[in-house]
Amino acid sequence: MGGSVETTTFINPKKGTSVLLVGTVKGAFLLSSDANREKWEVSGPHFPGRIVYSLAYDRRAGRQRLWAGSSNFFGIMLHSSDDFGRTWTNPESSPIKFPEDTGQALRQIWQIAIGREQEPDKMYCGVEPAALFESNDAGRTWSLVRGLFNHPHRPQWQPGGGGLCLHTIILDPINAKRALVAISAAGVYRTDDGGESWQSKNHGLTAEFLPNKYPEFGQCVHKIDRHPSLPERLFLQNHGGLFRSDNGGDNWQDIANGVPSDFGFSMVAHPHDPDTAYIFPLDREMRSGADAKVRVYCTRNAGASWEPLGDGMPQYNVYETVLRDGMAVDALDPVGIYFGTRSGKLYGSSDEGRNWRQILDGVPAITCVKAVMV
Amino acid sequence: MAVTFNIPGALRQHTGGRSHVVIEPGAATVAEALAALWQEHPGLRDRILNERGEVREHINIFVGEENIRYCGGLAARADNGADITLVPAVSGG
Repeated sequence: MGGSVETTTFINPKKGTSVLLVGTVKGAFLLSSDANREKWEVSGPHFPGRIVYSLAYDRRAGRQRLWAGSSNFFGIMLHSSDDFGRTWTNPESSPIKFPEDTGQALRQIWQIAIGREQEPDKMYCGVEPAALFESNDAGRTWSLVRGLFNHPHRPQWQPGGGGLCLHTIILDPINAKRALVAISAAGVYRTDDGGESWQSKNHGLTAEFLPNKYPEFGQCVHKIDRHPSLPERLFLQNHGGLFRSDNGGDNWQDIANGVPSDFGFSMVAHPHDPDTAYIFPLDREMRSGADAKVRVYCTRNAGASWEPLGDGMPQYNVYETVLRDGMAVDALDPVGIYFGTRSGKLYGSSDEGRNWRQILDGVPAITCVKAVMV
Repeated sequence: MAVTFNIPGALRQHTGGRSHVVIEPGAATVAEALAALWQEHPGLRDRILNERGEVREHINIFVGEENIRYCGGLAARADNGADITLVPAVSGG
């Protein structure tokens, strides 16, 4: 992957191309390219100085709407843009608030999930302290999902190092009543009735830091991804352990076969092949790339084996960390894979990981990378 | 007599660019003064307080030179003529 990066005031992506949304601890960057993904235009920082943990793109119902969750000393805000970042909303009042009776206060927006195609005005946000909010009017107003907030397990949920956060939202694309969330450190919860009730779905998942290694809940799940056309298949990066479920989370099986470390944060499923997924294994102590190398690992057989993909990236004495939302794939053919590091580097491959190049360097610590088709 | 708020640069987009906002007539407490400030500039409210009505962790409010954290919190007195300063904490990197 050769190519170049050009700084621009505002990106102007063409239809059918991929756009990268990159969140950092001091703002967001937007990158646009053509189908070759050789040359990138980059704009930003958007929201300079603000922490951006969550970014999303809504292309339903003819929209071209970016979403961003940002925070700083002055609170947490949800912004949108209908012109690829040329202008952003900055609401007078935060649209996401815990109701008074909960006694809670919003600390961070960890995830923005765009609803199903058949529900074009539905959106979700996962927040800290761990809770799910939903919108039924395309993000204008939001309400707490009480079914999850009132779960009897909630008083016993414990925060992970990043706080007690709901960081992953997986919507079943076919069954509109089914959704799955992941909470650190509570584990996986699933609803099959549109959010009214939630069941823990941690059977087979380990909690190596607890006396009971297989509790009903309390696992520190770092990330889950599912295959777009096989919604029952889920891949999961745990706080120690790699897992797969073929039944929507009812059971999980260990797939940490031949990886240099089963610790990591990110997990990304291939958009076309349900047997392929990508991870960035981390050394447990350093929380940086295993063996001091920058390598993505890939399985092409649903976790029976994993192979390293590192051509074009540093392989000697480097200590890069990729956070839970720091890796993404686009939907082009061949698939593009991208990840950002806490040292402010963005790497990309436009050939499914065979060859890599550094796209950005010197940006603030990267918290999230999303690849979206416009 | 009145209460004068000093607005930090990062929040002036919510006061029409004004660095000072005068609330008249003066209020008895900081909470009352802030309530009057929100009436005039509602965009400030969620940026100073969380939804529990608490001053955000990294925001300090001074009445004169006194940080209200150490003199009664939002119940601290804001007498007529008071000068109230909203200050983001000095931290980060």
